[in-house]
Amino acid sequence: MSDVIVFCESQKGELKKGSLELLNAAKKTGKNVLAVVLGPQWKSISNLPALHGSKKVFVCTDEKLKHYNPQAYSEVLNHILKDQNFEIILASSTLMARDLFPRLAAKIDAAVVSDCTELDLSSGTTVRRPMYAGKCTATVKFKDGVKKIILIRPNQLPVGEPDPSATAEIIEVSMPILDLKTIVKDVVTGTSEKLDLTEANIIVSGGRGLKEAANFKMLEELADTLGATIGASRAVCDAGWIPHSMQVGQTGKTVAPTLYIAVGISGAIQHLAGMSASKVIVAINNDPEAPIFQKATYGIVGDAFEVVPKLTEEFKKLLN
Amino acid sequence: MKIFVCIKQVPDTETKIKLNADKSFIDTTGVKWVMNPYDEYAVEEALKYKQAHPQATVTAVSLGPKKRVIETLRTALAMGADDGIAIDAPESLDSYVTAKALAKAISGEGVPHLIFTGKLAIDDNASSVSQQLAEFLGLPHATVVSKFEAKDNQYQVEREVEGGSREIVQLFGPSIIAANKGLNQPRYASLPGIMKAKKKPLKELDLKSLGVDESEKKLDFVDYMLPPEKPPVKFLDGDVQNQVQSLTKLLREEAKVI
Ligand SMILES: Cc1cc2nc3c(=O)[nH]c(=O)nc-3n(C[C@H](O)[C@H](O)[C@H](O)COP(=O)(O)OP(=O)(O)OC[C@H]3O[C@@H](n4cnc5c(N)ncnc54)[C@H](O)[C@@H]3O)c2cc1C
Repeated sequence: MSDVIVFCESQKGELKKGSLELLNAAKKTGKNVLAVVLGPQWKSISNLPALHGSKKVFVCTDEKLKHYNPQAYSEVLNHILKDQNFEIILASSTLMARDLFPRLAAKIDAAVVSDCTELDLSSGTTVRRPMYAGKCTATVKFKDGVKKIILIRPNQLPVGEPDPSATAEIIEVSMPILDLKTIVKDVVTGTSEKLDLTEANIIVSGGRGLKEAANFKMLEELADTLGATIGASRAVCDAGWIPHSMQVGQTGKTVAPTLYIAVGISGAIQHLAGMSASKVIVAINNDPEAPIFQKATYGIVGDAFEVVPKLTEEFKKLLN
Repeated sequence: MKIFVCIKQVPDTETKIKLNADKSFIDTTGVKWVMNPYDEYAVEEALKYKQAHPQATVTAVSLGPKKRVIETLRTALAMGADDGIAIDAPESLDSYVTAKALAKAISGEGVPHLIFTGKLAIDDNASSVSQQLAEFLGLPHATVVSKFEAKDNQYQVEREVEGGSREIVQLFGPSIIAANKGLNQPRYASLPGIMKAKKKPLKELDLKSLGVDESEKKLDFVDYMLPPEKPPVKFLDGDVQNQVQSLTKLLREEAKVI
């Protein structure tokens, strides 16, 4: 029987939620779960996947893997995978994974599919994903016998209970010798310490209804209270209030958090495409006819400048 | 010095997606096709490079149903590309076969100096072809690039990574650069540009002539579905205080998301 490989990512010394979800999904197949973790940050935490059902953890902590490097990462993975008997690789559809795995797929002659929102491994491999940035969805039908690399959006699947006493065989992998044609010279950290939009469980998004850049402060307070990530409509990104990396929509990021709060966003078709798969949508807009309300679960017709501060207060009371 | 730029036509972002009768694809009747927005940045960056390096030529390459491929190549030629390569192929190729065919078409032209693509196409949003093309050609790649500088055969790019952070990456020798918004401001095709484009060379290829077969596909997309109808929105009544109190209560007790 073939094994299932889970590529795990960490943040601040913990497994990312998306990785936990995939380890759980892999465990439920009853197959052997092998985890792969790359980078020096794993030195003292390479046992983490074991607590979530992984029987073997392949770890390479070479300094060259400190920053993501497509060539180095794909070569090390190839080096690890070539001796394994597997049919499926699971990874979270993070920005890094979306860059890395297509390259690996071409290298190892595998199918790759990014941004999936549904995964069922109980009989065969059933995967669905949004198309046209969420205007519709489709099932992925893999050709018989191909190796499959499946990238799943975080926050789509349940997380299992850890078993604190579980152990795994930790296999240290050394870095193959490489002639790197790409190097990361520097990383300029962003304004936000928060989870990336594509991984966030809660998103608070602002649009032109906020009138000016300075008023995003109000949203930040709301977001901080909820541990949410800030998003925005294209109108405000184009106006330069907010960097493009925070744009939600067909030409921004497609997101599917558990909770999406849209403030002063009209709900143009391109914006809706990128967020309508969110589980619960709250819209705050002073125009009852705004199209955003057609996709919203809950709506408040009102002035954002009155509603948002009060809402933040209310969440503070509830969450403290 | 050959610069390539890979482009694709996609439904305009305003398109309301409908499905065909057997749900095997979208219904393309009445769809307005446009150049993928990210590919416009790729074309612009290739043209900027050519302006700075007069010995460079820009070849636009596109794969897909012939009529659309030629239309989008004409747009790139009108913007200023020198020539085009049209690869006629069925709609439903996967990124693997697409990248393979592009790789063969490009390497058939000699050694590429630089290849520009969009960071993803807004139809299937796969963001795979650039990286696969890079692997097939054995070149380094950088995706989600919002700044590009060339110095001899060395390139420095800025690319977006998680949480809005940016990486400064250096690439050595021929490379593939996948463009993000912010890289530049794409030019419009001018009227003289459009006239000139009609006379620019356009090579027509198909999968067979490239020795690639549709059966090499790794996957298909099937069983398309529109998103489920949402129940109508629940508007929260009362004054602002009441509204926010009902909202937080519903989010906790009904939706159970906080
Ligand atoms: C090719 C293309 C791609 C695009 N891609 C995207 C994309 O990816 N993402 C995206 O978002 N857009 C995209 N757009 C733009 C899109 O069409 C809209 O223009 C944009 O989403 C509008 O942003 P907005 O909702 O912030 O602004 P507006 O449409 O101006 O809406 C502002 C809203 O704020 C409300 N408002 C005003 N004052 C208040 C107040 N005091 N309190 C509460 N509410 C208030 C108004 O009622 C209104 O509904 C794209 C457009 C094109 C052409």
